[in-house]
Amino acid sequence: MQIDLNDMTFPKLLKKQAATIAAGKSALRQKGLGIWQSYSWQQYADNVRTLALGLHSLGFGTGEKLAILGNNRPESLFAEIAAQSVSGIAVSLYHDSTPQEVADALGKFDVSFVIAEDQEQVDKLLDMRDRLPKLYRIVYVKKRGMRKYHDDLLVSLAAVQELGSALGDQQPELFEQLVAAGNPDDTAIICLTSGTTGAPKGAMLSHRDLITMSLAFNEADPKQERDEYVSLLPLAWFGEQLMSVAAPLIAGYTVNFPEKQETAMADLREIGPHIMLSPPKVWESIATSVRVRMMDSTPFKKFMFNTFLPIGERYADCVLTGIAPPVSLVIGRFFADLLLFRALRDRLGLSHVRSALSGGASLGSNVFRFYHAIGVNLKQLYGQTEIAGITCMHRNGDVRGTTVGSPLPGTEIRIDEHGEVLSKSAGLFKGYYGDAEATRQVLTADGWLRSGDAGHLDQHGHLTITDRINDVLTVADGSTFSAQQIENNLRFSPYISEAVVFGGSGIPLVALIGITSRVVGKWAGDNKLSYMTFADLTSRSEVIELIAGEVNRANASMPEQARIVRFAIIYKELDADEGELTRTGTVRKATIGTLYKDLIDALHEGAETVAIDTNIEFPDGKTGHIKTTVAIRTA
Amino acid sequence: MVQLSCSNIQLNFGGVRALSGVSFEVFQGEIFAIIGPNGAGKSSMLNCISGLYHPQQGKVMYEGQDVTKLPPYERTKRGIARSFQNIALFKGMSVIDNLMIGRHLHQHAGLISGGLYYGPAQAEETRHREYCEEIIEFLEIQSIRKSIVGTLAYGFQKRVELARALALEPKLLLLDEPMAGMNLEETEDMVRFILETNEARGITIIMIEHDMGVVMDISNSVCVLDFGKKIAGGTPEQVQQDPNVIKAYLGDEDLEEP
Repeated sequence: MQIDLNDMTFPKLLKKQAATIAAGKSALRQKGLGIWQSYSWQQYADNVRTLALGLHSLGFGTGEKLAILGNNRPESLFAEIAAQSVSGIAVSLYHDSTPQEVADALGKFDVSFVIAEDQEQVDKLLDMRDRLPKLYRIVYVKKRGMRKYHDDLLVSLAAVQELGSALGDQQPELFEQLVAAGNPDDTAIICLTSGTTGAPKGAMLSHRDLITMSLAFNEADPKQERDEYVSLLPLAWFGEQLMSVAAPLIAGYTVNFPEKQETAMADLREIGPHIMLSPPKVWESIATSVRVRMMDSTPFKKFMFNTFLPIGERYADCVLTGIAPPVSLVIGRFFADLLLFRALRDRLGLSHVRSALSGGASLGSNVFRFYHAIGVNLKQLYGQTEIAGITCMHRNGDVRGTTVGSPLPGTEIRIDEHGEVLSKSAGLFKGYYGDAEATRQVLTADGWLRSGDAGHLDQHGHLTITDRINDVLTVADGSTFSAQQIENNLRFSPYISEAVVFGGSGIPLVALIGITSRVVGKWAGDNKLSYMTFADLTSRSEVIELIAGEVNRANASMPEQARIVRFAIIYKELDADEGELTRTGTVRKATIGTLYKDLIDALHEGAETVAIDTNIEFPDGKTGHIKTTVAIRTA
Repeated sequence: MVQLSCSNIQLNFGGVRALSGVSFEVFQGEIFAIIGPNGAGKSSMLNCISGLYHPQQGKVMYEGQDVTKLPPYERTKRGIARSFQNIALFKGMSVIDNLMIGRHLHQHAGLISGGLYYGPAQAEETRHREYCEEIIEFLEIQSIRKSIVGTLAYGFQKRVELARALALEPKLLLLDEPMAGMNLEETEDMVRFILETNEARGITIIMIEHDMGVVMDISNSVCVLDFGKKIAGGTPEQVQQDPNVIKAYLGDEDLEEP
């Protein structure tokens, strides 16, 4: 498709796609009543048109912000492009945000209109309305449970679209005029940053930023119209914005929305997508689920798995390091694929996947190796929301285990004197909304974006990320080491879901370990170990022994100076509502450092036990009290 | 409008009098709760309405017609559906199949066209499947649509029972302890579904429930039974203050005195 970057916005792109792509081709699909219901590109464009005109007639206009609060569904996309059609700005929020988080974001970004998915989201907004003087309309998508709500703020999506189509009948030219007035340098979206190191900020990205990036992304990893994609992650995450909104408008592939969150994995298997992008957390949990299911499996299946997986791993090791595998291994791998991997990929919904991408955090090398062993072409990518997503990624045929690939076309990467990765491209953001100070801090004087990550470029032009620049550990002998690498290594155990490593610079390395409740709970059941609560489970000596075994296994694969000396098991599950994780499931190390300070201090001192007496707040607002004793174990 | 009226119901099992002289009226579109201590005759009363038991005396009038002598399936045809206290689903079948059985009443394809799955039979199946899928969406059980009922958690099974009762497209729904054995979250979900069933679908609901919080919150009127007799009736507020009810539930203070 020919694209004139100086005149292109998403609403214009949508119009172009609707005019050129065959009517029988689906743009979006959502599962409803158990069947995939499709929207053609023309229907996509028509829905955007009526919604945009409806918003226009309610007074939504240039530069105003529309927030989208809810699960991913076609209406979220309609709303986003509709806002942009009238030169407004779309802001996607996490559907599981607490009312306070929603109010903070809406206040910070001066939001006047909100598209709320259902009663649950509307309730959050109505609870917080006193804090939101600028809020002018709440447009709700699902009518269910809304009969008894009579509030001037509320209007249904259907009613807004009706207003819009009436306006469209009166003034048939209006929509085209509004869209034509759009400027590529207008802010298209305000996207929340991941917030791994602090409160999320709002990065302003223009149409030009996003379209440039999508074109470069498509060049590095070509997508076709017949490709399928399943939208599994929140649209508030930049990766999902790119894959569900921006890239399909360039490449024309189909975006599928699952029926419910609980059915996502089954829906994934039904679609069998060609392209996927998920944070490492998702890839880790799929890999864990395979290993957990194998524990439960028949002896024959276990035998097959234990025989063929190592063959696949050896083959993957050769390919990932660029060595030609010996003929015997190629033959072995052929049978392994025929007898095991093919069925396994099918079970996971990864049969058709051509380009499986992992981005947003660092991916453990063991997980990476696992996917390549079973024949899934998993590729890493690296980037920041601030530069419209991607700066580096693996290319087909040039995937290396330890790197995050080479820069995209049009993107420059530089390592500064402190070892920090800097990047520059035409997709660089316009700044954080309402936070010029933070914007200055993240940009260098000559316009490079600071990543906060330490890394280096190798002779093949591949970038390797060590860790957050503040988290690079200096160990006993003075060499530097990445805490992330140790954490990833620990997390590869199915029993360990989280690991946070502290220490370095002369202080021995210690780890806080979060256990996978599902797997450890099952292990406890199988071993006739009774327990009452999660906290109780974590304090059982048998469980501590189990984890010690896993820590020692991880230690064995690390050099002497990078081994965990002591660890303790966290007595509760980490939770995004308490700020311990980001909404995409990455650990916020700084928050953990503060919340569990006593425990970490005790780990460093080498105490034997720590008494915990604390209050926690559950996601539903209830508070609980935890009183337990955490044992500290020397690995 | 009165949808169901029971007058002077008397039910004996041999010499045991399970119900004696119970009368009440249920209005179109309300949530009507029957409460009482264990053994008060609540389930017997529900069984008299659904047709599982036939009272020796008294009359059950449904939509102006006397249904006292009608068998259960006749009453179901007229729009009375029920769920059971102890789950009574087909445990070896999937959720969707259980629901489709609920639609059987409304299906008319014969043995041959149904067996060949051809023409009108196919169209009919599609139509009914759609109806069931709407219920699945309504009760948020999409993730277990194809699961075998026997493998599901108890809370889900209760929800599937409600789903099957709704598949009958009832006008009057009888629920026997819909919240029994559920945890707090499951109870809250169930309450939401019952209210939605009542409000959005306009279905009259008669339910037996032990959870007084739920009963007082959602029902429009309450009938209190004790030892087979109706001891009180009216709005939840009226019933709560009725001295007979307090006596039945908390015991009689005057009992000690001669």
